[in-house]
Amino acid sequence: MPENLRRTPLFDTHLLLKARMVPFAGWEMPVQFTSILNEARSVRTQVGIFDVSHMGRLYLMGTNTSGLMDWLVTNDAFTLKVGRARYALLCNENGGIIDDCIFYRLEDERYLLICNASNREKVVSWIKQWIDQRFTGVELEDKTESTAMIAIQGPSAASMLNSCLREDSFNMRPFSWKTSDIEGTISFVGCTGYTGEEGFEMILPSTKSSTIWKLFCGKNAVPCGLGSRDVLRLEAGLPLHGNEIDESITPLEAGLDRFVRMDKDFIGVEALRQRVKDGIPRRLVGLITEGKQIARHGYAILKEGRNVGQVTSGTYSPTLDRNIALGYVSNQLARSGSTFQVNIRGTMIDAKVVEGPFYSRK
Amino acid sequence: MMYSTDRRYSKEHEWAKPESDNTVFVGITDYAQAQLGDVVYLALPSVGTKLAQFEEFGEVESVKAVSSVFSPITGTVVSVNEMLLNQPELVNQDPHGKGWIIKVEIENLSELNTLLNAEEYEAFLSRSEHS
Repeated sequence: MPENLRRTPLFDTHLLLKARMVPFAGWEMPVQFTSILNEARSVRTQVGIFDVSHMGRLYLMGTNTSGLMDWLVTNDAFTLKVGRARYALLCNENGGIIDDCIFYRLEDERYLLICNASNREKVVSWIKQWIDQRFTGVELEDKTESTAMIAIQGPSAASMLNSCLREDSFNMRPFSWKTSDIEGTISFVGCTGYTGEEGFEMILPSTKSSTIWKLFCGKNAVPCGLGSRDVLRLEAGLPLHGNEIDESITPLEAGLDRFVRMDKDFIGVEALRQRVKDGIPRRLVGLITEGKQIARHGYAILKEGRNVGQVTSGTYSPTLDRNIALGYVSNQLARSGSTFQVNIRGTMIDAKVVEGPFYSRK
Repeated sequence: MMYSTDRRYSKEHEWAKPESDNTVFVGITDYAQAQLGDVVYLALPSVGTKLAQFEEFGEVESVKAVSSVFSPITGTVVSVNEMLLNQPELVNQDPHGKGWIIKVEIENLSELNTLLNAEEYEAFLSRSEHS
């Protein structure tokens, strides 16, 4: 294992459970505990828990924090009510995606921004740059390394948490947040997730994380690693920065228009408005591929022998019992039902575009 | 000991188990399947294919990665584990038993001595873990 990898507060607990640890975004993280596919199945049928302590937890507060937030992200920060959250993109001046994030409004002028582990340093620099330039009343506090974060996902997530609470019942609206007393530990609980299931992301003191993790395991929550997390988010059609989105791609190509408020002022809006006028050259589509081989990141997508795009992510979907993939194709070809071939290491495999996420909870 | 003395092992984490009729079962070790994760597909040679020792004979594909498999011995493929077509997870569940991959008629039995025995393979693994 490379040196200088960060460890989350749950590292020792993972080792006790014999998790397979891998380097990820500078952290030593569990990729699986038992089996990637079985863990994914557990999340779809019961409840799984994920150590997501590596993800960036940035707290912004002070005069006109709402102004800074609204400037930084594509979605509306002013109209977000205290107690709620939104998904958004942070774009550069060209409309390229620096990171995707979830932001919570904690108070009128206090926000929590959750960003990808791989982009945390970059996002912190970016925000500080704008604080210095225009929003000098704002303070940024990075609490990533002083807290833990656990995701609890699955149809039984709410009832499992209910059984741990010192309050009456656990009933949250999606994209809301509250603080809860979980067996004596005060935790921040956001009703969000990255799996397509009902679920929560909980921020708690590092020193309590192991106790709470074990408590959840005792209530039959299944420990799940990053491998299953990737399968689940793909089934739910959710993008991963570095795969579907990056600084060379705009939210428009990625099909994330509904998280972009074109009528407000934010970094990149001019470029995006121009892109709308010019039209987008390519579009992200969901593909179901034939056969048993998985279409992987970088594989070419062809139409009648011509190269028309590229796969960005692919996996076997245990929920569909099919192989699925996301990829970019020329905009004019990107229609539900369109057929393509994917070049899987020299073999041409048939693929078909499907509408919407591969899986969504009904 | 985790690794049985009834077979030999290669540094590419394949095992070769001789039968009494000059044939050898070949598979990947428990270490290899754990590294790969959930196996979803195997690309295998057809019966009759001639293999040379350490030559690539197929691919094992898991959710996370694709890995080549190398023949630990020289010989001719006499059988391919058809169960793996619909149950590739057998490679994870029982890598040394039901998860066998091919059966080879070995050209020269003494070639097995060029492979690692169980003790040597385990020592090889501990060295790899610490590197």
